Amino acid sequence: MTVLVDKKSKIIIQGFTGKMGSFHADEMIKYGSNVVGGVTPGKGGSKHLDLPVFNTVKDAVNETGADASILFVPPAFAADSAMEAADAGIKICVAIVDGIPSHDMIRIKRYMRRYTKSSKMTLVGPNCAGIISPGKSMLGIMPGHIYKEGRVGIISRSGTLGYEAAQQLKNLNIGVSTSVGIGGDPINGSSFRDIIEKFETDEETDAVLMIGEIGGPQEVAAGEFAKENMKKPVIAYIAGLTAPKGRVMGHAGAIVSAYGESAIEKVEILKECGITISKNPSVMGDTVKSVLEKM
Amino acid sequence: MDIHEYQAKKILSNFGVTIPRGGIVYSPENAENKAREIGGSRWVVKAQIHSGARGKAGGIIVCNNPLEVAQATDKLLGKKLVTNQTGPEGKIVNRIYIEEATDIEKELYLGLVFDRSSESIMVVASTEGGMSVEEISKEKPETIIRSKIEVAVGMQNFQARELAFGLGIEPDLIRRASDTIIGCYKAFSELDATMVEVNPLVISKQKQILALDCKMSFDNNAMFRRSQVSELRDKSQEDSKEIFASDRGLNYVSLDGNIGNIINGAGLAMASMDMIKLAGGAPANFLDVGGGATPEKIVKAFKLVTMDEKVKVILVNIFAGINRCDWVAEGIVDALKKIEIKVPLVIRLAGTNVEKGNKILKESKINYIEANTLEDAANKAVAALNK
Repeated sequence: MTVLVDKKSKIIIQGFTGKMGSFHADEMIKYGSNVVGGVTPGKGGSKHLDLPVFNTVKDAVNETGADASILFVPPAFAADSAMEAADAGIKICVAIVDGIPSHDMIRIKRYMRRYTKSSKMTLVGPNCAGIISPGKSMLGIMPGHIYKEGRVGIISRSGTLGYEAAQQLKNLNIGVSTSVGIGGDPINGSSFRDIIEKFETDEETDAVLMIGEIGGPQEVAAGEFAKENMKKPVIAYIAGLTAPKGRVMGHAGAIVSAYGESAIEKVEILKECGITISKNPSVMGDTVKSVLEKM
Repeated sequence: MDIHEYQAKKILSNFGVTIPRGGIVYSPENAENKAREIGGSRWVVKAQIHSGARGKAGGIIVCNNPLEVAQATDKLLGKKLVTNQTGPEGKIVNRIYIEEATDIEKELYLGLVFDRSSESIMVVASTEGGMSVEEISKEKPETIIRSKIEVAVGMQNFQARELAFGLGIEPDLIRRASDTIIGCYKAFSELDATMVEVNPLVISKQKQILALDCKMSFDNNAMFRRSQVSELRDKSQEDSKEIFASDRGLNYVSLDGNIGNIINGAGLAMASMDMIKLAGGAPANFLDVGGGATPEKIVKAFKLVTMDEKVKVILVNIFAGINRCDWVAEGIVDALKKIEIKVPLVIRLAGTNVEKGNKILKESKINYIEANTLEDAANKAVAALNK
């Protein structure tokens, strides 16, 4: 089993015929992802990149058996597209788009409460790099070649900082089972805790690297979950030691507004949860290595 | 996006919240007339800046006749107010709000924010109005009451009533208090706000429930559908470099240090700033040019960072993914043809085609210090500073 996607995942692109959708669909296909088509309302029945285009996600699911989707639609329409995917029976949906209003994200989360746990779509993102299971499938926009196949799981809010980690691991000859970018927004589809739980039961993952940052309660929630429920070691780095209080640092969610949301406070709480801290971003790989050597 | 007190009051009054009579003025003459127009015998002259704690900074003056109102306005207009929220540079006062004075019987606190844990809207109230919410939670945490609102159905009357009774409001005023709380909730949810704070919410001696001071912030990502809110933006209250950045699609925050940063991705930018600090330096800014780091964005980023006179070293850290390092390097070389850099420049490239990228930089005529890792880049930037 691979976390969230594997070679068999049938992927559709929502916003298929747009510039971003086309470019990244092509990159995913080159990586080996099983892209089966896409959706652009009004262009159903045509072909794009030699693949069928559908008007609705339901049509795409009925015709292709798609179970995964990735959104490249503008932020104003993204909430609608994510709910359409959930309703059509898509199992995993990645929203790359940056700029979805927070009120829309809350609406999506509430909408999805109508599904039972087993039939509920997993939404990853928005404002994220997506998911990659190296050598199997890429449902995202990352440079696939920097990920070596292996047994470390990565969860990161930041895209480029996740790449930095994958590169550091590769330089140390350590591979990745799955890397999940959960995105930098204040309200997101999947939290650190949601994903770390999946890694704990994933037979292909031995240890998890969590790359967090200032703002919000999610790193701490994952730490508390790990303390109570996880046997696999967790390594964490928290960015934003120098970030001033009350300012948004690029990511809409990267703002310190309450106790426990600064980098220093998160590090202290995570340490108490038994998590190994990478003391700076340059040693994420080394820290993972030292933990793996002790196993 | 933040707005002024008087704008927030106008919005809340449209949602059924009672506010004291008042009006905005731009000159002392105007102020005197406005005071007469409002009527009464006492007025409050309030400097409009995007900050709380204005009272302690001298930005709020109580006056007993229209002439005093004019004098107070004259004193405040054009002045820079420094509060504990503005930073040492302060914020300029260009607008003055004149308001009738209220006979206060009781000051309460009412705030609405997103609760990121429960992914709902949280209403926070306390009997200790007039203090900041941080002070209340430190000094009188037992007075804080909260209510989580299910956004799909909105705030219910009973929830507002519970809060009102929780605040110890007398029975005759419960209905009015509930309507006020629900009005604030509606403003929050219907206008894509991220924060509404009425502090203090007062009960007057005349038994009115009034929003005496309020703050509202809005979700920048939702401004495309809130043109009436986005019109309220007052650029005079923002850092000029931050305006330059936001107009050009760059994420920038001005900081106090002297190492300028150009980085792709918010997380990597924060991580690079952390490395600078660990190396003994201090970042002059946070700057995320976006994951893609296109050559156009890099040119704009160099322009922005060189505008800052504090900057004594520039550190560029780009992790190229789909945008290859050779392409990024060409962008940097191109930018440096257009913009003269007078301070040492440290460049660290990583990711796709890093060798090609570094080769392009080396073969160009640009004067720079090459770095390989995050740590190396930060150390070299700090070392360059000390030379």
